Amino acid sequence: MPDAPRPAGRRAYHWLTAVPTVAMLGGVPFVNRVHPMVLGLPLLMAWIAGWVVLTSATMGLVLYLDRARGGRDR
Amino acid sequence: MNAALVILVVAFAVAIGLGLAARGGREMDLEQWSVGGRAFGTIFVFVLMAGEIYTTFTFLGGSGWAYGKGGPTLYILAYGPIAYSWSYFLLPVIWRYAREKKLVSQADFFVAKYESNAMGVLVALVSVAALVPYLVLQLKGLGIIVSEVSSGSVSSTAAVWAGAAALTLYVIVSGVRGSAWTATLKDLMILSVAVVLGVYLPLHYYGGYGAMFEAIDRAKPGFLTLPARGMSPSWFISTVLLTSTGFYMWPQFFAGAYTAKSEDVFRKNAVVLPLYGLVLLFVFFVGFAAVLQVPGLKGADGDLSLFRIAEQTFSPATIGVIGAAGLLTALVPGSMILLTAGTILSKNVYRVAVPSADDRSVTRLARALVGVVALFSVWLTLRGGEAIVSLLLMGYNLVTQLFPALFFSLPERPLVSTAAAAAGIVAGEAMVAYLTMSGASVATLMPWAPEAVKDLNVGIVALIVNVLVLGVVAAATRRRPVAATS
Repeated sequence: MPDAPRPAGRRAYHWLTAVPTVAMLGGVPFVNRVHPMVLGLPLLMAWIAGWVVLTSATMGLVLYLDRARGGRDR
Repeated sequence: MNAALVILVVAFAVAIGLGLAARGGREMDLEQWSVGGRAFGTIFVFVLMAGEIYTTFTFLGGSGWAYGKGGPTLYILAYGPIAYSWSYFLLPVIWRYAREKKLVSQADFFVAKYESNAMGVLVALVSVAALVPYLVLQLKGLGIIVSEVSSGSVSSTAAVWAGAAALTLYVIVSGVRGSAWTATLKDLMILSVAVVLGVYLPLHYYGGYGAMFEAIDRAKPGFLTLPARGMSPSWFISTVLLTSTGFYMWPQFFAGAYTAKSEDVFRKNAVVLPLYGLVLLFVFFVGFAAVLQVPGLKGADGDLSLFRIAEQTFSPATIGVIGAAGLLTALVPGSMILLTAGTILSKNVYRVAVPSADDRSVTRLARALVGVVALFSVWLTLRGGEAIVSLLLMGYNLVTQLFPALFFSLPERPLVSTAAAAAGIVAGEAMVAYLTMSGASVATLMPWAPEAVKDLNVGIVALIVNVLVLGVVAAATRRRPVAATS
């Protein structure tokens, strides 16, 4: 899915886009606990919320790299 | 008339005023009315795309789930950001094609890609079947909010009529511009209300977040995590993946993407929208705070937890502001739904039936149909009944079935035949209907399966059937390899 057909624009770091999906959901069975709490939040909640922030960060990085390479293909 | 009601009425009037003013003297052809002439910048596209995560469902239902179900509520926080991250690549592809072909609806996309008007009719019918219950839910939420805030002095029936009339009026006049303007106001209000309540209530009642969650954990062990059976981690993961897949298949968000003036808008939004979704956390905090403060709300009444704890804590004026924010969370998605339903019924169904219809009559009919869909939805809302709830659960699954056909159409030429795409959709929808009517779950379909499989969201089954049928028919009706047309 992250690799929508766009031959000219295919770049390896675009796979970073898959990281939030895989990490946020893949971690769920392992952090399905209340303790230790993080910033006053139960661990599971802190994990999801943390990855929401990291999703923004990851997409920011992808956007930054795309802009740095310039020549957005169109 | 109490202070709360005054504020509610003022907010309602401002929303209608904004919605009407949004037209700004423009001539409204179908492209201007449905997709704002493809001229929206980052902010308008942002609020339209954020619309999905801040509806009455999230406002009342998000706090209601936190109150009644606890840990599983977190799925509502997870699916939006995941869908937004995928949108970085998905939406520019859709947008480019839509602009090139001058598309105004989601069904148009399928018509153009698969070169089939019948495909458009199929997608249009699926869309409307999913949209109407979604609108009914918004109207129901609106009725609940108004009757709560006015302490019953305005009946929920009167509120539903007033809300639907307002929506119909400004959608007919201003089209998607009306939605975008009111959406901006809505987001400002919901953002401040959610953060204020989500910060204040836990501090006021418990002294802090840690203390609040410790108290809940002591009173209800296991409430803050996912249970081992039922809404288990495997339910959570499958539900988030399904919901993210269905996210942009909602016709109003798909077509909402057409409003952007450049594809860069989507890339910026993919960075900012996930963070924006964090506001939902504050909505959950309100529901969690209510768990020990206003106990005893059973089942669907959990949706009232936000108002009950607010009423116990704040002055009527504050309740009015909260109610006004809630009112807007119903109006904005409602207007997008009406607009979308009118557009697809007129352009993708009527025009196919009456090919001689000119652009003017299609545009005129689209507007007239807004009123018809609104009336029908009001009737369904007031009629009540359980059927609507199951229809709504069906809605998300219905639109999700469009995903495989969309996905295989993304390359320059679709990878599968039109027959295959249509067969997949029909099989998937039939499966959704069967699963919903029979109330089946993976556990009842496969009682021998391990627990982790049994807990999978049953929507996965319909999607698998869809892809299998699509694959088989595609193999049977393989497109001749076409040399590049250029």
